Amino acid sequence: MKRYVYINDDEASQDLYCDNRLSNRKYTLLNFLPKNLWEQFSRFMNQYFLLIACLQLWSLITPVNPASTWGPLIFIFAVSASKEAWDDYNRYLSDKKANEKEVWIVKQGIKKHIQAQDICVGNIVWLRENDEVPCDLVLIGTSDPQGVCYVETAALDGETDLKTRVIPAACMGMDFELLHKIKGVIECPGPDKDIRRFDANLRLFPPFIDNDVCPLTIKNTILQSCYLRNTEWACGVAVYTGNETKLGMSRGIPEPKLTAVDAMIDKLTGAIFVFQIVVVLVLGVAGNVWKDTEARKQWYVLYPNEGPWYELLVIPLRFELLCSIMIPISIKVSLDLVKSLYAKFIDWDNEMIDPETGTPSHATNTAISEDLGQVEYILTDKTGTLTENKMIFRRCCISGHFYGNENGDALKDVGLLNAVASGSPDVIRFLTVMAVCNTVIPIQSKTGAILYKAQSQDEEALVHAAAKLHMVFVNKNANIVEIRFNASVLHYEVLEILEFTSDRKRMSVVVRDCQSGKIILLSKGADEAVLPYAHAGNLLIGAISCSIWKFLRPLYFIIPKFTSGQQTRSFIEAVEQYSQLGLRTLCLAWRELREDEYAEWSLMFKEASSTLVDREWRIAEVCQRLEHDLEVLGVTAIEDRLQDGVPETIETLRKAGINFWMLTGDKQNTAVQIALSCNFISPEPKGQLLSIDGKTVDEVCRSLERVLLTMRITTSEPKDVAFVVDGWALEIALKHYRKAFTELAILSRTAICCRVTPSQKAQLVELLKSCDYRTLAIGDGGNDVRMIQQADIGVGISGREGLQAARAADYSIGKFRFLKRLILVHGRYSYNRTAFLSQYSFYKSLLICFIQIFFSFISGVSGTSLFNSLSLMAYNVFYTSIPVLVSVLDKDLSEQTVMQHPQILFYCQAGRLLNPSTFAGWFGRSLFHAIVVFVISIHVYAYEKSEMEEVSMVALSGCIWLQAFVVALETK
Amino acid sequence: MKGGSASSGGTDAPSNSSSSSSRTKKPKYSKFTQQELPACKPILTPGYVIMIFTAVGVIFIPVGLFSLFASESVVEIVDRYDIDCVPSNYSSNMLAYIQSTATNKTCTRSLNITKEMKSPVFIYYQLDNFYQNHRRYAQSVCFSYTIYFEESTCDHRHRNLKIAFRYVKSRSDKQLRSSKYESDTKDCAPEATSKGFPIVPCGLTAWSLFNDTYGFSVKNKALEVSKKNIAWKSDKGHKFGSDVYPKNFQTGELIGGGKLNSSIPLSEQDDLIVWMRTAALPSFRKLYGKIEVDLQVNDQVTVVIQNNYNTYSFGGKKKVVLSTTSWIGGKNDFLGIAYLTVGGLCLFLAISFILVYVAKPRPLGDPTYLSWNRNPAGN
Repeated sequence: MKRYVYINDDEASQDLYCDNRLSNRKYTLLNFLPKNLWEQFSRFMNQYFLLIACLQLWSLITPVNPASTWGPLIFIFAVSASKEAWDDYNRYLSDKKANEKEVWIVKQGIKKHIQAQDICVGNIVWLRENDEVPCDLVLIGTSDPQGVCYVETAALDGETDLKTRVIPAACMGMDFELLHKIKGVIECPGPDKDIRRFDANLRLFPPFIDNDVCPLTIKNTILQSCYLRNTEWACGVAVYTGNETKLGMSRGIPEPKLTAVDAMIDKLTGAIFVFQIVVVLVLGVAGNVWKDTEARKQWYVLYPNEGPWYELLVIPLRFELLCSIMIPISIKVSLDLVKSLYAKFIDWDNEMIDPETGTPSHATNTAISEDLGQVEYILTDKTGTLTENKMIFRRCCISGHFYGNENGDALKDVGLLNAVASGSPDVIRFLTVMAVCNTVIPIQSKTGAILYKAQSQDEEALVHAAAKLHMVFVNKNANIVEIRFNASVLHYEVLEILEFTSDRKRMSVVVRDCQSGKIILLSKGADEAVLPYAHAGNLLIGAISCSIWKFLRPLYFIIPKFTSGQQTRSFIEAVEQYSQLGLRTLCLAWRELREDEYAEWSLMFKEASSTLVDREWRIAEVCQRLEHDLEVLGVTAIEDRLQDGVPETIETLRKAGINFWMLTGDKQNTAVQIALSCNFISPEPKGQLLSIDGKTVDEVCRSLERVLLTMRITTSEPKDVAFVVDGWALEIALKHYRKAFTELAILSRTAICCRVTPSQKAQLVELLKSCDYRTLAIGDGGNDVRMIQQADIGVGISGREGLQAARAADYSIGKFRFLKRLILVHGRYSYNRTAFLSQYSFYKSLLICFIQIFFSFISGVSGTSLFNSLSLMAYNVFYTSIPVLVSVLDKDLSEQTVMQHPQILFYCQAGRLLNPSTFAGWFGRSLFHAIVVFVISIHVYAYEKSEMEEVSMVALSGCIWLQAFVVALETK
Repeated sequence: MKGGSASSGGTDAPSNSSSSSSRTKKPKYSKFTQQELPACKPILTPGYVIMIFTAVGVIFIPVGLFSLFASESVVEIVDRYDIDCVPSNYSSNMLAYIQSTATNKTCTRSLNITKEMKSPVFIYYQLDNFYQNHRRYAQSVCFSYTIYFEESTCDHRHRNLKIAFRYVKSRSDKQLRSSKYESDTKDCAPEATSKGFPIVPCGLTAWSLFNDTYGFSVKNKALEVSKKNIAWKSDKGHKFGSDVYPKNFQTGELIGGGKLNSSIPLSEQDDLIVWMRTAALPSFRKLYGKIEVDLQVNDQVTVVIQNNYNTYSFGGKKKVVLSTTSWIGGKNDFLGIAYLTVGGLCLFLAISFILVYVAKPRPLGDPTYLSWNRNPAGN
């Protein structure tokens, strides 16, 4: 189905498409009751209870007053319905907030301020910097002369880098006034949820441009919920609105997570249900037999000779009702109640408040606290999670000189300061690259200080460091970059920016030095993306593609001996040395370009940037033509500090039997170093690191098998074996050798996956989950969102990379080290308490039920209830609800003990406190207690005056005392 | 990001501290929120366990002995008369005897007092295999339909009784309480109305009222049987109204058990009140009356029984019981035996724990006993 969007034409598309009203609500006022009831009754337990309650209305068979079931049932329904209603009301409020946001649109050539919900398809919407995009737009104009704008798509796909969007060629160069009057038609497909695809055509009507059709791609769109960044303004035509936007179409309600404990309780409930059916059948048959043989002789009960067709069913159904209390109706309510209290305890915990920002921990998902105590695998992001994601420039190596090695801070290295002061040309060029080769935007604040806004933390760190070394990036005015060095002001004209992509792993800028008029290429990038193109080694190395460079790096120590001098070698050493220390390295390089060389290349670049097919690849190719023969200036080392307490936390949790996997987008060396420094893996003699690598399917296969073999051998030894895999090999392994990789995943307690994409992270979580492991994913950035949502438990760190992860997560904490407390204290207590509470609920119900069953044997198997309705209800609601409150505060061991002996978590992990055998124990206990209570209450009255009410009261008080005793004994 | 919502305030809290200072994010400290409420955690050390068991044993055994002794001091005479009271010519067809209106139901039994019985001597009647706790009878609501009476039980009332679909209960508490609710008999079918008039008291329970009577005499001197205070005070005061008089009782086509004097209000009909308190067990005793004089050893008590009540159709037994009481009530060895058993068990456990503790002492709280320390290679 195609849709035709008439730009700026209110009549043509007014009523055809939905308006921009967002609606995430599940219910409306009218359908709330029926829809909510329907949803609640789709759960098995509720159906069961409803059936019981309905049967109780049939007074021939009911042993107790129907109110004893209807009351709690209605209460339960009211509770969950009002919870739903409250959630829905909150959704309504947030929708309303989004809907009523003011936006600028153009109507009949006039700019108007309207509410976001009133945007129609075909309207032209104006956005300013940092505005949220209210609906899916086709870009038609930006403040940038090149027709480019930047958007942040994190809310859509979780990627935090800025993406460029361009206006279609047909609208290129149109000015402000013209855009107001633009008319045309966009032919586009019907709404779908594919955020990578938008195949449409734009045709502008005369008098604007000729009648040509201009193709549109996803590059020409800005989608709902993105943010406009680094662009003064942009405007676009609304093509999809409201719930028909790409985001709206892909919005699904995340599946509710079911904890292991819940699953176990469901299983046990099923078992009890079967048991109940058996009891009912046995007693029903016995009752019918007794009725036919004995009861008919008992003239005083006036049994009829013949009954209706359902006569045989009456007694079994009666017993069914009598036994229905076996499955405690209150269990769901009380579990929900205590679970929300656990969550509150997490929110309230003073020891989990981030001391720096004062952010408390927060449990978004209140239903899965017990799972925290059963975690088996933790998958963690590195940057921002283990580390602080606060990049600090620490060391550098400029033309063979190492700075910052002595005191660990190059900015305080006297040698470097002297070199800067003396104006050593190498150092100055190095600093120039640091200050210029970036996409950082300086903002002059009112106080005069310069704030830098950067896409990447690394660039920010470099610019800051350069500023400290007196090379201050002052201003960026259109294409002119203003640098202040000591007292002099230097200007550079940025001619081209060769953007960073994850494939190229480097970025470059071409600038014209306004003082000398020279054209210079400034590059920075990962060592393997820069060093091969250095002019020193270009004879041999330059031919080697950068992708296989890193496998040859060891050889490179030999090669330069006869190809090049000392310099390149010292850079290699520097890179090695820095990544050993866990620092992030970048190589800086430059090359002077000849005027004609640039002019020639510039044409090619322009052409490549305007291609429609494979544009990215073409640009990369063209860039490569310029980025060769580089003169490497030096290496920078940026430190991303470990967060406080990370090594201790990891060590404790590993002792508790939790396996750690690190999934990072960072490179292998850095990842391994960080892993070493935070106790992730042990250093050599004790630990062993196996790596899976390879570029082709065969290589990966071989290395996978080798690793697997080693793993199998070493599993018996108490040795720390970990494997390292990079994104490329991982993809092959997951695609072709899933089984082998799964086996590896089971064998290995530790893994480091580097260079992985967000979707691979999610895939790994999926893999572990498919092996029936309880997984916890922890991360801080938008790229972790998918993994967090996929895992059994998602923990977000409300850190520097924004709050996406924290919002998507089930729990958000301020610092990684709180994870220890979250799992060992909150998770463990929650598990213990829930395990006790659920089994206790069954115990007390079974206790009463068994007594009823025993009594039926002495009351002619007729289904008489020993207890009256009131005492049954009081028993369930009042007498046995106090222990629930007690158990919420129960602590079997003190927090300190658990922290000292994290091994105690094994019990929770293995589910030792709630499984069929413990449940059988509780079952047996209730049977035994029922026998004791029954025998005693029958016999203390013997024959004499054995009145039913008295016996029932004695038995009831016996039950109450016994269960109270059990609670006192079980809680510590 | 700058225009971020309030929830992103965590990262830039210092910059907008003025706006967020009013609603502090830090939760208030309290012992409850930090889960630090005081608690006592008694550790069950061997010493404590042994002490507790010993204490329980030491307390329970004397209590058990006392109870047993008290139970032994109770004198109880039980006489089953249901079979012996049927004349030998009816012994093959006891049912016919009891259902016939022509037969002489009077029966004389002689009880020998083996031990002195101090007053008050309680007289009970005991019924065995009588299900007063049966669902249709005891308490609850049930459903009635076309009724056919079994010939063997009620041959003289052989007829069909059609009662339309109605909820029935074997009694109506409201009706018993006050005359205002006289016609509130909807719970009472099949014994709700008689010829269209409400029955008071209605229901199966009252309808099947026990109607054997006993007369006692010693040495040809009649013993007075006191019927005072055989029913619960609360029953007389609250459950059975003093303004409710029996009406249309046992006037229907079916005659169940005993009749009631319609000039006495229900609250004074002690036999009825006692009967209406349903028994929990199929064998039960109900108080018939009290004899306020002591009975001497070797006294021959003559009991003249009006054997009216039909237990023959379902093989129930009827017994008359004379019993004294002690502080634990009637004769009941169970409590004493139970106390003795539990006490003995506790003492036995205490002793065996002591032996184990002496033979194999183990230090308390030694972490080397923890499972992961014992077997480091495991897992």
